[in-house]
Amino acid sequence: MTATNSKDTVLVVVQLSGGNDFMHTVVPYGNPLYYDFRQTVNVPQDKVLTIDDNVGFHPHLSAIKPMWDAGDMAIVAGVGYPNPNRSHFRSMDIWHTCEPDEVATEGWIGKAIQDLDPHKENVLTAVNFGNGLPRAMVKAGVPVTSVSDLESYGLLNSMQGESQRSAALDVFQKIYGQAIGSGLVNDYIRQTGLDAMKGADIIKVAPERYSSTIEYADNSIAQALKGVAQVHLADLGTRVFYTQYGGFDVHANEMETQNKLWLDVSGAISDFFADLREHDASENVVMLVFTEFGRRVRDNGNGTDHGSGGGSFLIGDRVKGGMYAEYPSLAPEKQLDGDLRFNYDYRGLYSSILDQWLGLDAAPIVDGTYEQISFLG
Amino acid sequence: MSTNHTALIAHLMRRAGFGARYDEIEALAAKGYDATVDWLLNPVGEPETDDDITLRFTPMHVEPQGFAGPASRWLYRILNTRRPLEEKMTLFWHCVFATGFSKLNSGTAMWRQYEMLHAHAMGNFRELLLQLSKDPAMIYWLDNCDNHDGTPNENYGRELMELFSMGIGNYTEDDVKMAARAFTGWTYTDPLPRVPYLFYHPSFEYREWDHDDSEKTFLGETGNFGGEDIIDIIVKQPATGQFLGRHLYNFFVADEPQVPAWPYTPPNDPDAVNTLAQAYIDSGYEMRSVLETLFKSDFFKDARFKKVKSPLELVSNTVRMTGDYNVEMGTFPKHGLTGLAATVGFMGQQVFNPPSVEGWHTGKEWIDSGALVQRVNFAAEQVGDTEMPGVRLILDRLAGDEVSMSPQGFVDGCLRLMGDLELEADTHAALVQHVADRGTLRTDTAAARDRFEERATEMMQLIVATPEYQSE
Repeated sequence: MTATNSKDTVLVVVQLSGGNDFMHTVVPYGNPLYYDFRQTVNVPQDKVLTIDDNVGFHPHLSAIKPMWDAGDMAIVAGVGYPNPNRSHFRSMDIWHTCEPDEVATEGWIGKAIQDLDPHKENVLTAVNFGNGLPRAMVKAGVPVTSVSDLESYGLLNSMQGESQRSAALDVFQKIYGQAIGSGLVNDYIRQTGLDAMKGADIIKVAPERYSSTIEYADNSIAQALKGVAQVHLADLGTRVFYTQYGGFDVHANEMETQNKLWLDVSGAISDFFADLREHDASENVVMLVFTEFGRRVRDNGNGTDHGSGGGSFLIGDRVKGGMYAEYPSLAPEKQLDGDLRFNYDYRGLYSSILDQWLGLDAAPIVDGTYEQISFLG
Repeated sequence: MSTNHTALIAHLMRRAGFGARYDEIEALAAKGYDATVDWLLNPVGEPETDDDITLRFTPMHVEPQGFAGPASRWLYRILNTRRPLEEKMTLFWHCVFATGFSKLNSGTAMWRQYEMLHAHAMGNFRELLLQLSKDPAMIYWLDNCDNHDGTPNENYGRELMELFSMGIGNYTEDDVKMAARAFTGWTYTDPLPRVPYLFYHPSFEYREWDHDDSEKTFLGETGNFGGEDIIDIIVKQPATGQFLGRHLYNFFVADEPQVPAWPYTPPNDPDAVNTLAQAYIDSGYEMRSVLETLFKSDFFKDARFKKVKSPLELVSNTVRMTGDYNVEMGTFPKHGLTGLAATVGFMGQQVFNPPSVEGWHTGKEWIDSGALVQRVNFAAEQVGDTEMPGVRLILDRLAGDEVSMSPQGFVDGCLRLMGDLELEADTHAALVQHVADRGTLRTDTAAARDRFEERATEMMQLIVATPEYQSE
């Protein structure tokens, strides 16, 4: 069983919620200004995992460093948008909806899903791992399956006893599948119920079929990516996966918190790709790692406050590794009100993925034409 | 009292409140329908919800943080209030005047807006619009703080008419410009916090030096209008009565198309909307009178199960039935209230954080496959907890003194005690068949009684999993 027999490309989105400190992830250790501004929250030169003479990874990214070394990882520095908003929710909305000026409700991935599966042939075209749907995946009429825990996913999962639940699901199937015609709304709800049940039925084969030598860590991002791997390996036609990991809002105690977070994230990503490679199913997968904003250039003595100009990663076998876009300058006169100044529009990043990887017309999805990066090798 | 009578009370309590246990429904049915409406409209003698216990137990309710603080504090009130229509009308206004934490970043400002809406929820619409225009959260949400003499910002002036009072098609672009100019200088004292966890208490400020006092022509009237004059002109427009009537119909009676479609699609029941619009004008914009007309009308009484439950309605209806998180029932204080508020969000309705100023899309748009799984699983878990006082009540009442029970009697008994629920014939038949397939129901031995309760709990779980339970 391989997922590559259908050559459809797959996108995995990992959202780092809370505003990841890019300067404490890809560290500009070669710039003396860095240690001036970051007197407390810094990585000493001898601890940096060197990328070149100027920048290097935070040591807790050691698990994904080999992917950089293998040329499978693109670092897109200084990603952002004009007039950066430093509210978590608003900025995340802006990333989700591709609409920096107006409050919008439809997500860029929701629109992409509609283009990927216009006739709604597969209820699993897009799968979110987490609770509730991120706005990025919301679009009226686009079905998205949202799984909090793959093992227990499904309807009536609080029912005691396997046989009782199975009998109850039979009744559910009977009720929702019964003669349509009791009114438009009821018909719609019944159809949705059948979709949900179908999705749950199909997706439950994923953990059943799965076996792997990889042991994922016991944290939520590792478990979510394990779920992504299981569904991907089950070859159910899923084109977009989404998950998020939180806690990057490091106003205080950043040194310790960031260590833990990146230990979790880099370990999870590394295990995920190792798992796919073990099953010869990594070639059609690209992962986007993004966050809603970066943080202030100067630390606050214990952590960092909300800033702009974050950074994103693109990871995968087909990714042409390297630094894309320029690392934003730390020079005081180049900063934007004490923040890294963004130098690459996130809609260009999305366009590159939509166009070059998913083969979609990016302009209507991101609402415009933006400079793309050639990130595929 | 007839079953029909409790069914109508149950309907009223779902719509004008947040659901009720069957013992509450019976007590109200004994008072009578009209008396119950009057009690909901004027809950004289009913105490305000006592927040003291949740304030002591839930620190984030004291100075509401994020939207989890205010959202769960409101949920506490919704689940405990003895004045349910006040809370329901506050929710109505929150849906119409949709203001979002996403931009405000201030739980304090959101909570103060809630208190303002709560205070005026059933009062005069003119006064409500006036307080709304002075509300710091609204002023920041729609940029009226950037609306200056000479450089007007039209955001509030436009939405005041488009979304809050008259609807598109009843004013011109010039009217928007005039309204914006009239509201120049309406701002607030302190800046809203741009960083979370800072607790400024902004309050309304009128800056005369920043107000454009020149002559304006607005909706055919001319004068040196200020914001209050604009509101006076808006509230007397017939379009305002129609727009509010349609909103009330959509919220309390039956699902209408989404608001942006209203200029192009007539109401499902134009006579009903006309009746409400007339009550609005006749009463001098008193919402209490409009609501009395609504709840005592035949179109309301005939609208049972014609509205898809919003996530908050699904959760509160279910939880008020099971008696969870309820001080009087002894199930609060306990942890989990913020999680419960988050669950409502996972189903698609993050209270205090609507997706945009347009508010939430309603009706069948509440339902997608992810949301349906959440709704079914949440409700099934709630009614499956036999420790809950409301569940116990149903189980004890259902068995009663009967030694045995027919499958149909069993299903109908559950439906009745869950608030006179109704099912489509085919759904009903499938449930009865399911009971029949699993053997006879007896209660005459301890073991049989245990088994009876298991099956009754399972039946309640199946009932809340039906398509019909998604509506109210």
